[in-house]
Amino acid sequence: MQKYSIFNLIKNAFSGHQKWDLAWKDATPKKEYDVVIIGGGGHGLATAYYLAKEHNITNVAIIEKGWLGGGNMGRNTTIIRSNYMHDDNALFSEFGMDLWRKMSQDLNYNVMFSPRGIINLAHSDAQMNVFARRGNSMRLNGIDAVLLNREEVKEIIPMADFSDNVRFPIFGGLMQPSAGTARHDAVAWGYARQADSMGVDIIQNCEVTGFDVVGGKIQGVRTSRGDIKVKKIGLCVAGSTNILAEKLNMTIPVETHLLQACVTEPVKPVLDSVVTFGAGHFYISQSDKGEMVMGGDLDGYNSYAQRGNLPTLQHVLTEGIAMMPFLSKLKMLRTWGGIMDMSMDGSPIIDKTHIEGLYLNCGWCYGGFKATPASGWTFAHTIAQDRVHKLNAGYSLSRFNTGHLLDEKGLGTKTWIS
Amino acid sequence: MLHIKCPHCGMRSQNEFSYGGDATVKRPELNKEVSDQDWDNFVYNRKSLRGKHLEFWQHLSGCRQWIKVERDTATHEIFKTLKANEDI
Repeated sequence: MQKYSIFNLIKNAFSGHQKWDLAWKDATPKKEYDVVIIGGGGHGLATAYYLAKEHNITNVAIIEKGWLGGGNMGRNTTIIRSNYMHDDNALFSEFGMDLWRKMSQDLNYNVMFSPRGIINLAHSDAQMNVFARRGNSMRLNGIDAVLLNREEVKEIIPMADFSDNVRFPIFGGLMQPSAGTARHDAVAWGYARQADSMGVDIIQNCEVTGFDVVGGKIQGVRTSRGDIKVKKIGLCVAGSTNILAEKLNMTIPVETHLLQACVTEPVKPVLDSVVTFGAGHFYISQSDKGEMVMGGDLDGYNSYAQRGNLPTLQHVLTEGIAMMPFLSKLKMLRTWGGIMDMSMDGSPIIDKTHIEGLYLNCGWCYGGFKATPASGWTFAHTIAQDRVHKLNAGYSLSRFNTGHLLDEKGLGTKTWIS
Repeated sequence: MLHIKCPHCGMRSQNEFSYGGDATVKRPELNKEVSDQDWDNFVYNRKSLRGKHLEFWQHLSGCRQWIKVERDTATHEIFKTLKANEDI
């Protein structure tokens, strides 16, 4: 594989950048693989990469119905954080933060990781107490957390509404300074390029039509481009998990819902951290291009549409304008939607299943992008070793049966309530 | 925006309704042996398929009645609405 470096950049400048190798090849499916990963999004690509890198399993195919990174990997708001209270979520995410910090070097691909910090705003004394508790839990797990008072928040985001007559005055906030953003597409491309270079076949435009399960064991997968013999399959299909689960006669504790995001026209730098509204569900950051990137609530009903409805967008942006009134002056550039695999306790599932050789990775709710490296790393471990790693032991499928829920937000089983 | 025909009030905008989830889920019967699997299926496990989906909505800013709606989860087309105690 051609290394990306300043020297290669200069060298290729002489040939007008016409002679760069392709970042990955467009593979056609072979008859047999050791492992097939279904889903060519961030998690699937990362899983294949860590299978090859950490476990030396390179006879691997990634099967993707659409195109690489075209689902939620290309639709998220690029936020990376580990500001969780529960140990399982915190330790898993913080392990991921470490992978994020090394990622550009590790992949030899600039993922533009920008640890600009995230601030969760608090709008009451009670909320400040809750955030103090969460911040303490984070620090006990070795994650940086700073409780900011109103004046300290004002230093960082003076453009927020600090006037006296607002419905939800800003009391302060909880900040994780090491959180941030990254260029989402670059993450997918970086993983794809490295996985491909180690022998992984990335097969796009290939839909899974069924599975061969004999005696409770995976024997193969049927696709629109032919049958493939394989003993181990990893399911990494986010919002399409329910569709494939049905083909396996499984019902899973996940519903598929629609989440929208949007960006404004690009403006000069104004916001240098990620900020979330504490009296509703709204989050905002500014991209390197200058667009204000925003998102919030689910549309609120089961959906596979990948495009949203205006009432929810209006609701979300009302919160945004309440928090930062200057947003009302900006023009909306684009809105889009993605389909989320909303699990029943708000935490993901990375586990084996009752079918031997079938591994499940789903339930990422609002937080799939930031989990990409840690999810890939632990899922690769689970597949290669046929046992879960201690980092994803809490993300078991059986926890819904045994009662060991990871209800970070304590919302119950109404996945559409945020 | 969705337009939902409330069986009691007629056609109204989505803004007046709140969602209540899969309407095909049945609570295990009282006074009978209920396995853990039955409870799991009632509380957690969902089919959530692409295509026709029977679901509860509540006409919260209207008559406040719960209703059933048959809707396509891919196109959002609404085929039929029913009172909560009616079967499709």
